Amino acid sequence: MVKIKNVFKMYNQKKVIEDVSLEIEKGSITSFIGPNGAGKSTLISMISRLIAKDEGEITIDGYDIMHVKNNELAKKISILKQSNSINLKLTVRELISFGRFPYSQGRLTKEDWDKVEEAIDYMELRDMQHKYLDELSGGQRQRAHIAMVIAQDTEYILLDEPLNNLDMRHSVQIMKTLRRLVDELGKTILIVIHDINFASCYSDHIVALKDGKIVKQGRTCDVIDKCVLRDIYDMDIDIKHIDNQRICVYF
Amino acid sequence: MGYKKKTIILAIIAVLLAALFIFYDLHGNIGYILPRRIIKVVAIIITGGAIAFSTTIFMTITNNRILTPSVLGLDSLYLLIQTVIIFVFGSRSLVMMSSNLNYLVSIGAMIIFSFVLFRILFKGESNNIYFLLLIGMILGTFFGSFTSFMQVLIDPNEFMVAQDRMFASINNVNTNLVYLSIVVVILITLYFLRYLKYLDVLALGKDHAVNLGVPYDFVIKRLLIVVAVLISVATALIGPITFLGLLVVNVAYEFLKTYRHTYLIIGSILISIIALLGGQFIVEKVFTFNTTISVIINFIGGIYFIYLLLKENKSW
Repeated sequence: MVKIKNVFKMYNQKKVIEDVSLEIEKGSITSFIGPNGAGKSTLISMISRLIAKDEGEITIDGYDIMHVKNNELAKKISILKQSNSINLKLTVRELISFGRFPYSQGRLTKEDWDKVEEAIDYMELRDMQHKYLDELSGGQRQRAHIAMVIAQDTEYILLDEPLNNLDMRHSVQIMKTLRRLVDELGKTILIVIHDINFASCYSDHIVALKDGKIVKQGRTCDVIDKCVLRDIYDMDIDIKHIDNQRICVYF
Repeated sequence: MGYKKKTIILAIIAVLLAALFIFYDLHGNIGYILPRRIIKVVAIIITGGAIAFSTTIFMTITNNRILTPSVLGLDSLYLLIQTVIIFVFGSRSLVMMSSNLNYLVSIGAMIIFSFVLFRILFKGESNNIYFLLLIGMILGTFFGSFTSFMQVLIDPNEFMVAQDRMFASINNVNTNLVYLSIVVVILITLYFLRYLKYLDVLALGKDHAVNLGVPYDFVIKRLLIVVAVLISVATALIGPITFLGLLVVNVAYEFLKTYRHTYLIIGSILISIIALLGGQFIVEKVFTFNTTISVIINFIGGIYFIYLLLKENKSW
């Protein structure tokens, strides 16, 4: 379980995260939604110790993330940021094999390669595994990165806007894979997402942030609600029920 | 052809060039010439190796293929030290002063400078590596301007001596200094080895490196120290020549086409040795000592740099 207790973060006097407390259950997808600048990415970066928090406490399965060894934490939690510009001549397979670094320190064993193979199959990258990253389309590259995170085989997976710049087909494909990771492998996924309909259709819980504070958190059906959404986005959003899904109409 | 094979080919070329350098036109007092040539080759291997080695690390930790450690301002500091010595004590002192002392003073000052710089900059939380580079660049420019200022004031004859120090030269390296440098380079390489495994991951960028469990700040600090020591050794031994690094590391990347730093480092060191040996050979046999190696390196390096800029420009 991820526990966040009274966390603060300031960038030059400006509070970006203000007194956020949160608990995230295992084996679920939790989406972080909110307008630009709400602090979603900052929060998720703090959970994954990419940036340091100013105050408060973040624990994962009872361990404070600042006191766990980097390498041990890398076997427990992984993060994928939105911009992934790697200027190395790397093939898909080589990138995925980097996911095993916390276990092998660069010397991959048979077991490590098995995990790499699994990740390749899981993301259906078999036929392009020897292609270089710069030869791939945005969607394929994103899948390769997610495969790397899968190879890292952590209980907790944090994704910062993984659907950025992807078309509908690839977005759905990635969300379905994430759903499978949770349902089949029991992973816990935290995801920052802008499209509230994707959040509504694929996540178990939603945390809504605004101006560095949590506006509302709870089960998806509680957050995808006309009044709540008006609080978050300052606009009227119609909610239609289609095939048991709540679809937001905001155009 | 794989990168392993290519590395072996580079090694063979380097060995052949070294042999050519040592045995070419060898007649007369062999007992006198041979040791002198060998020590020259060793000096070239040490400096060329140190420059390529440190530049490869530096480019990886900054994630930038057109930055060299010279932006840390160490070369400028070296020139400043040399000029200050001439300014204060006169050019005769530089001749009189044992080169051992000069070497130790220069290397000591450069290493202390970088330690102080890193210490101050990594104190707070704002340990942004680009901030470090910016400060290094500003201080480098400051040292450079200060150097020119003093050079304008000194006697023109003294200036000739100072100018001589501005270009790298392998023509009269001191044997003792070469031995000392070998020891320093070996020690720092041993220190570096435990961080070697992190380089491949660091090349993916900070976020990926932290995600994969690299103790980022800790490793970066240690690697910067390795870079500073290597650059100081090379600069104090033959003079400012960091531009060479830009050239050889990029050639190594293009030639080996791999991301594995074990091979990139070995490859760039070999290419660097080849370039320096070849360059020095041309200096001695074609230009008959009318120019120095750094002029040739800077000329070829400059052309390559422009090519890189144009190429990068196109890919945007």
